[in-house]
Amino acid sequence: MRLKLHVWRQRGPADAGQMVSYDMPDVSPDMSFLEMLDVLNERLTLEGEEPIAFDHDCREGICGACGLVINGIAHGPTRGTTTCQLHMRSFKDGDEIWIEPWRARAFPVIKDLVVDRKSFDRVIESGGFISVNTGSAPEANILSVAKDSADQAFEYAACIGCGACVAACKNASAMLFVGAKVSHLASLPQGRVEAGRRARAMVSAMDAEGFGSCTNQFECEAVCPKDISVRAIAKMNREYLRAGLLESES
Amino acid sequence: MALSGLLLVGFLLGHLAGNLLVFKGRQAMNDYAEFLKNSPELLWTARIGLLLIFAVHLLTGIRLQLVSRGARPVAYHKKGHLVSSSASRSMLLTGAVVLVYLLFHLAHFTLGLVSPEDFQLTEQVIRDGVASSRPDVYGMMLAGFQHDWLVALYVLGMILLGMHLSHGIASLFQSLGIRHARYTPMIEISAKILAWLLAAGFIMVPLSLRSGLLEAA
Ligand code: HEM
Ligand code: FES
Repeated sequence: MRLKLHVWRQRGPADAGQMVSYDMPDVSPDMSFLEMLDVLNERLTLEGEEPIAFDHDCREGICGACGLVINGIAHGPTRGTTTCQLHMRSFKDGDEIWIEPWRARAFPVIKDLVVDRKSFDRVIESGGFISVNTGSAPEANILSVAKDSADQAFEYAACIGCGACVAACKNASAMLFVGAKVSHLASLPQGRVEAGRRARAMVSAMDAEGFGSCTNQFECEAVCPKDISVRAIAKMNREYLRAGLLESES
Repeated sequence: MALSGLLLVGFLLGHLAGNLLVFKGRQAMNDYAEFLKNSPELLWTARIGLLLIFAVHLLTGIRLQLVSRGARPVAYHKKGHLVSSSASRSMLLTGAVVLVYLLFHLAHFTLGLVSPEDFQLTEQVIRDGVASSRPDVYGMMLAGFQHDWLVALYVLGMILLGMHLSHGIASLFQSLGIRHARYTPMIEISAKILAWLLAAGFIMVPLSLRSGLLEAA
């Protein structure tokens, strides 16, 4: 099929950047979206142009490295998929496709479609852990975990930190990401102990990074490649309120 | 934001209950107005409380929008959305229109600046054989709502309030962390129904006064 791409090109963090159009005369519907960009990049390289920079690693939907805003939707038109798992059969011959990087103050563009997501790492460092001595694995049956809690924790733990929730949010809010982390650990006995302190620390770190505030529109849930529910955000709000009301500063 | 929104919804319920007294007739409405007037402690506590709640709601709302705008300095060329309602995407706009509406509404019925003649209307009442006069709030509303443009303005204001609340009421539950697989669908539907019932309730008042339905009854 024949496609027209409009791609964000930006030489570096300080460059203003612009949309550049490319004709793609012969795209196979079996290609993945990233393979299509690979094909374009080979052509650009042969033509002596700078190839388009984009992030990717596993290309099997599990690492969280890839991420493009495609026609205004983070990770493109199919639900519950990362960009690397999106295939060209989701598009029609003659389509025009706009490809842009995640847009957020906390995710500055490094080059073209690659953004710096270290802000997520700093939010994790502020509280996304449990304080225990590491060593050999503990006896599995010492701590009993209810099946419901284990399932919930597992759903939240599926977050791969890709940042699509921020990209899709009108407010560039990171509440689904942070909510998933806070709720994952708060659902398990090992993480319960520090739940309040963690919620407060991670919310402050999130605000300090310049993410926006949640207005409950749930676009994040709709684009999340792991289908993480906004229940995670409600749970974080509860943990945060509970900590603010009941726990002394520590 | 959520708490101030919740308190404002509480105020709306009370205010609507008061307004619906027009359907009980001139006497009920004017009794209620006289009661408020004669309980300055109650009236002024409510007024100051409301002012504070509005101030909190406005300031937190504006701060929210400023933070969010700052959080995305470069906009997308192609904007898309999958699930958000248009009401949720226009909260600042609907809120701002409601604010303008409110200021007009206060100028109209609280300060009497819009049509001072109607504001002076009084009603004669005879209590224990003694005649006295009291403000005729019912008559003021009736006279006020004989202008089509005024009725249109009130209806428009209330439709936008309905939009604001059709996102706002459900939203405040999520903000307060209240979400449950079983109850949330119910909360979301009830919130929308409440939002539009409130708007419809307020709209009924000018419409019935204008159309003469009330006078005929
Ligand atoms: C009777 C009047 C009003 C009522 C009952 C009301 C109610 C609400 C409620 C319940 C919320 C949701 C809170 C949450 O999700 O946590 C909300 C949000 C909001 N309100 Fe109001 N409101 C009123 C007037 C106003 C006015 C005058 C403004 C002025 C600009 C305003 C601006 C906002 C904004 C900006 C939000 C943020 C929401 C968002 O983007 O999701 N509201 N309101
Ligand atoms: S490249 Fe690993 S999730 Fe897409």
